[in-house]
Amino acid sequence: MTIELVIGAVKAIVMVLLVLGLTTMMLWFERKGAALIQDRVGANRADIFGIGKRFGMPNFGIINTVLADPIKMFTKEDFVPDGADRFLHWLAPFLALFPVLITFAVAPMGDVLQIGSHTIDLQPANLNVAALYLLATIGIGVYGIALGGWASNNRWALLGGIRASAQMISYEIAMSLAIIAVVVSYGTLDLQQMCRLQGGVWFGFLPRWGILLQPVSFIILLIAGMAESKRVPFDLPEGESELVAGYFTEYSGGKQAVFMMTDFAEVLLVSVLIVTFFFGGWQVPWLARDGFHFPGGGHLGLPNLVVAMLEFVAFWVKVVIFCCFQILIRWTLPRFRYDQLMRLGWKGLVPLGLLNLVVTAFVVVVAGGK
Amino acid sequence: MPIGIFMFLAAFAIIAGFGVIMQRNPVHCVLALALVLIDLGVLFMGLDAVTLGFLQIIVYVGAIMVLFLFVIWLLNIQADPGAGRHLGLKLFGSIAAAALAAEFAAIIVHAPKIREIRTLPADFGTVAALARSLFSDYLVAFEVTSVLLLAAIVGAIALARKVSAPLVLVTPALSRDVSTPASSASDPAAHRKSA
Amino acid sequence: MTPISYYLALSAILFAVGVAGVLIRRNVIVMFLAIELMLNAVNLALVALGRRIGSMDGQVIVFFVMTVAAAEAAVGLAIIISMFRNRDTVNADELNLLRW
Repeated sequence: MTIELVIGAVKAIVMVLLVLGLTTMMLWFERKGAALIQDRVGANRADIFGIGKRFGMPNFGIINTVLADPIKMFTKEDFVPDGADRFLHWLAPFLALFPVLITFAVAPMGDVLQIGSHTIDLQPANLNVAALYLLATIGIGVYGIALGGWASNNRWALLGGIRASAQMISYEIAMSLAIIAVVVSYGTLDLQQMCRLQGGVWFGFLPRWGILLQPVSFIILLIAGMAESKRVPFDLPEGESELVAGYFTEYSGGKQAVFMMTDFAEVLLVSVLIVTFFFGGWQVPWLARDGFHFPGGGHLGLPNLVVAMLEFVAFWVKVVIFCCFQILIRWTLPRFRYDQLMRLGWKGLVPLGLLNLVVTAFVVVVAGGK
Repeated sequence: MPIGIFMFLAAFAIIAGFGVIMQRNPVHCVLALALVLIDLGVLFMGLDAVTLGFLQIIVYVGAIMVLFLFVIWLLNIQADPGAGRHLGLKLFGSIAAAALAAEFAAIIVHAPKIREIRTLPADFGTVAALARSLFSDYLVAFEVTSVLLLAAIVGAIALARKVSAPLVLVTPALSRDVSTPASSASDPAAHRKSA
Repeated sequence: MTPISYYLALSAILFAVGVAGVLIRRNVIVMFLAIELMLNAVNLALVALGRRIGSMDGQVIVFFVMTVAAAEAAVGLAIIISMFRNRDTVNADELNLLRW
């Protein structure tokens, strides 16, 4: 009993540390990637006592973005505007971040790890209704943003909050439809089970990844997920040219940093969902529990520890690739207009998602799958 | 569910429930109700209704309560003024509610004992079990509910849309009449003739 | 295990709180919230009793209550919006046109 608790705690801590660490690294990639796309140098100044310079190391701006910026933010004055709802103003950033972080509890990071007599499932919380849990936590995420806008006692902030809640609720529907289609085609709500079902190969060489099963769902989930994370091209709630900074206009210092972190954590969450549903989760092509089975008959046996490590690394590499993809889109596309946003959501993605769901259900019934 | 957890959740629900009716700012009332709903969702999960618990959070907390917030902000409704108003009404309301609660207490105390089912089916409360019930015994009700939702969508839009002119169904003959004033305005003689 | 009467008691208390809210508050939106509270109190009783008799029927009824509540919220809020447009108030005391 105690050992189970310890294992659970370790899994949770590893997950939280990885999520927070990757969020911070994305902050760096966002700035340097933007500079790369815009043909600038980007952050390259901050150094600690000139150590890097003395040893002739090139400055990649990591200290700038990962160390200096957060320190600056968290030591700034925490300003609460006059007439604001002080309690909700304080609570809102955490109300926004908390649901995103707890959603990672059901993300499977790998298959099973054998340590001695213990078989550890590399999923922080093994929930058999994980897909419902996802939808519930994503649904609660609206509150932090909307209340942050309202509690600031500022019209721009309130407009941003209202825009954000309308946008997130609209795209949640498309997102749910995409996830439901995936659930129907796998026949399970358990994310770990979904990853296991994506093992093996089709035609002797093609990994059975969900993208081949549900390509339409993938596109819907990608677009709706990016709209959920409220970043360019879907950043109307922030829209700095019209709403100053939208729902966090009146936030400063640490609380604003928490809002920013929420944005990046949501990008990470969308990547985790996409990888889990459509790119095999922790599956490495042709890797089974006992080692590689190459197409053509080659077999390379591997111990369980190595297999688990490979799967763990593969999962996070895939996630990082999709994070980078989203940042690339963020710096490539201009912002939507509000009516375009709503038209895309309600007249584009929702009907497409419904059609996809009907076709999926039909095929599943006809094919006689469970 | 262990009794300690139940007591905690019950106390939380009651406190938040009083928050719903005692907060003066409607936004705080909505948030208090959202807390009650999450709390009840957890209680559902403790009662082996896991699917329903999550649906409660998705539908009620994630959608309906946000709709309330939306309307409060759209109409810009401020906090209710003054705590000391309607004292008679408050007294009467509290007494009536207390009487109702006492009546419920009497009913619960004197209720006949239900035979308890000790062994539930293994899939009790799962998505599959709920869906099996919905699509077999309750299929007609389910379909009727979908029609109800459609009617509610149409009704909500019809009620809430901004109408500059009263909403009348324009028949082709009427629409021709509507278009005539433009031509008759330029030709007052024709207008007088028709009059 | 918690006895079923505890769940029923919680349900009854929440229902009474909702009734008090409808009687006491004059803000139409808050009255509406109190009605939602009453609906949910009943839902809790239904789920608890359904589990007690080992039948899914209780949960199915709650499912229907939830969908009807969603429809009710949409229509009710639309009525409140159009009411606000016409009378510029959400205070039940001032909505007295039909009073003699």
